Amino acid sequence: MTLAAEVINLEKDYMLGAVPVQALRGVSIEFPRGDFVAIMGSSGSGKSTLLNLLGALDRPTRGKYIVAGRDVSQMTDDELSTIRNEKIGFIFQSYNLIPQYTVLENIEVPMHYRTGYPRIGPLQQKRIQELAELVGLGERLDHRPFQLSGGQQQRVAIARALVNDPEIILADEPTGNLDSKTEHEIMEMLLRLNREGRTIIMVTHEPAVARLAKRQIYMKDGLIAGEGIFPG
Amino acid sequence: MPNLFRTAQLALKSLMLHKLRSGLTMLGIVFGVFSVIAMLAIGEGASQQAQQQVLALGATNIIVRSVKPPRENASQQNQNSFVLRYGLKRVDYDLLSMTIPTVLQAVPIRELMKACRYLHREMNCRIVGCSPEYLDMNHLDLAQGRFISDKDRREKTNVCVLASGTADELFQYTDPLGQSVKIADRRYTVVGITKAREASAAIGGSMSGQEYNQDIYIPLETMRVRMGDLDIDRRQGSFSAEEVELNQITLRITDVDQVMPTADVIRESLQQNHRTANDYSVVVPQELLKQAAQIRVIFNVVLGSIAAISLIVGGIGIMNIMLATVTERTREIGIRRALGAKQHDITMQFLTETIVLAGSGGLIGVLLGLSTPLVFDGLKVVAEKFFFEGGGASEFSEMFTNLNPKIVPSSLPLAFGISVGIGVIFGLYPARSAASLDPIEALRHE
Repeated sequence: MTLAAEVINLEKDYMLGAVPVQALRGVSIEFPRGDFVAIMGSSGSGKSTLLNLLGALDRPTRGKYIVAGRDVSQMTDDELSTIRNEKIGFIFQSYNLIPQYTVLENIEVPMHYRTGYPRIGPLQQKRIQELAELVGLGERLDHRPFQLSGGQQQRVAIARALVNDPEIILADEPTGNLDSKTEHEIMEMLLRLNREGRTIIMVTHEPAVARLAKRQIYMKDGLIAGEGIFPG
Repeated sequence: MPNLFRTAQLALKSLMLHKLRSGLTMLGIVFGVFSVIAMLAIGEGASQQAQQQVLALGATNIIVRSVKPPRENASQQNQNSFVLRYGLKRVDYDLLSMTIPTVLQAVPIRELMKACRYLHREMNCRIVGCSPEYLDMNHLDLAQGRFISDKDRREKTNVCVLASGTADELFQYTDPLGQSVKIADRRYTVVGITKAREASAAIGGSMSGQEYNQDIYIPLETMRVRMGDLDIDRRQGSFSAEEVELNQITLRITDVDQVMPTADVIRESLQQNHRTANDYSVVVPQELLKQAAQIRVIFNVVLGSIAAISLIVGGIGIMNIMLATVTERTREIGIRRALGAKQHDITMQFLTETIVLAGSGGLIGVLLGLSTPLVFDGLKVVAEKFFFEGGGASEFSEMFTNLNPKIVPSSLPLAFGISVGIGVIFGLYPARSAASLDPIEALRHE
């Protein structure tokens, strides 16, 4: 079984004013390709820090993070950007769409920052169109985020996360701002992506949502406190 | 490099998000660029005006004029006399016209201010005693009749030629030709009238330019016989007397290249006859041209810097707005960073926005700048209506109304380039600070 990503003995120290805080104290997890992991834990447990590291938004103080066979912990800022662009798709709790852009333009943003800045041609346009249809927004390409409901915005975010065909999808409380009906829709979508072979790492504190994942990891005080596997 | 066109397009989109704000920010650059172009155009117009006036004196001419020496000097010289003797002598004329080979032609004139009358109409005129060559040398044209002839000079006839202004003033309803004008108690028959002519540059230390429209021309010899060299000006309780033989000798030189050397020769020759007093001046229009060019450079530098300051102020406005924009869009920066934008990409994004802002401001400024002559004409109309009316034509207002701004073609790309440059300089800091934001912090920003 090939690994999509792997963290080995990950540690992260912060300076909170003059006081050093150990947010992660040695976390090791393997993420096989096609996995669907839910990370749970109370606030301050280090799950946000872990997600930031998994998202290559930050470098660990000690330990290794390997994505697509490469160690992220030693990379430069530009290399981290490339990893985020090509290997990771982000889904945020508050959608984080760019307000002045249309649905189409929002989905296009990651394409814009690809290595070598290739032109966005008809082929790429077609891919964006397909993704929009996949998330059920094919008719609303020229809408702006404020014209869409929360669920629709999150679906745009999902399409955007998929546009560069990443190894891993990182979802940070993807249903945190949604009602239960839309929550269900979004989770259905993530499950479908997972069934199609995409690796998904999701942070949540709703057990009902976490239960839909293949396995759950519980964090406490910067360490993994427990792990449970539910049959998918 | 990312697709430049696309980047510019997206920059425009972000700017359009705050139309009023972007517009106001742009205005700073618009006026900066406009004032650079306008200032340079006004400077150019002024210098061309000066240049034309100097050229009107004639590029191959040298003008030697009598100058009244300062009073202290004069009193030392002529302590025992009421009469002030100064200026060019007829021997000077002989000397200059006969001994210098490069002098093609020498035209002596004598000028006096006298009251002239026709019937009950009276005015103060400049009486110019001259020769036939005067007409040609001063680029005057005849409207009617003839000019002074050699025969007039030989026979010392009592004839006169009126300038257009004089003719209009003295003869409002009658044809002046054949009528007689009374000058200093003698009558002169009008034989011709000249056309109106623009004033030429000031020479010989006087501030005002030479007017040709209040003149009466009579033969030089007639003037000498009828009026003499002595001019007595009686005033209440005192009088002054001056004795001047010639007021001006205009010399035409064979070749433009010979003008400067000949001027030196003339200065040395005259030195012999005027050892004691500095009572004449040699004016070389070519020298004046050179001076005008120097003044023009200074003029342009001063006006240009004033305009440049306003451009810098515009740049500071841009920087201010861009810093506010960066703060406002911190979250957007975080999103872009999370989606894979490098620091360089963020820098470029904000820099492009600034450049688009400054560039379009510059473009509008250039278009406005092109309309400078129109704007200036409008300004003249307004100024004449509200400021100069009734107050008489002061020297300043005359200068103002005669001034026509000339757009310097090179100032258009220059001003545009500077505006874009200012966009880069003042956009760099906000763009860099946007790029150096921590992605995690930026994402968390509300």
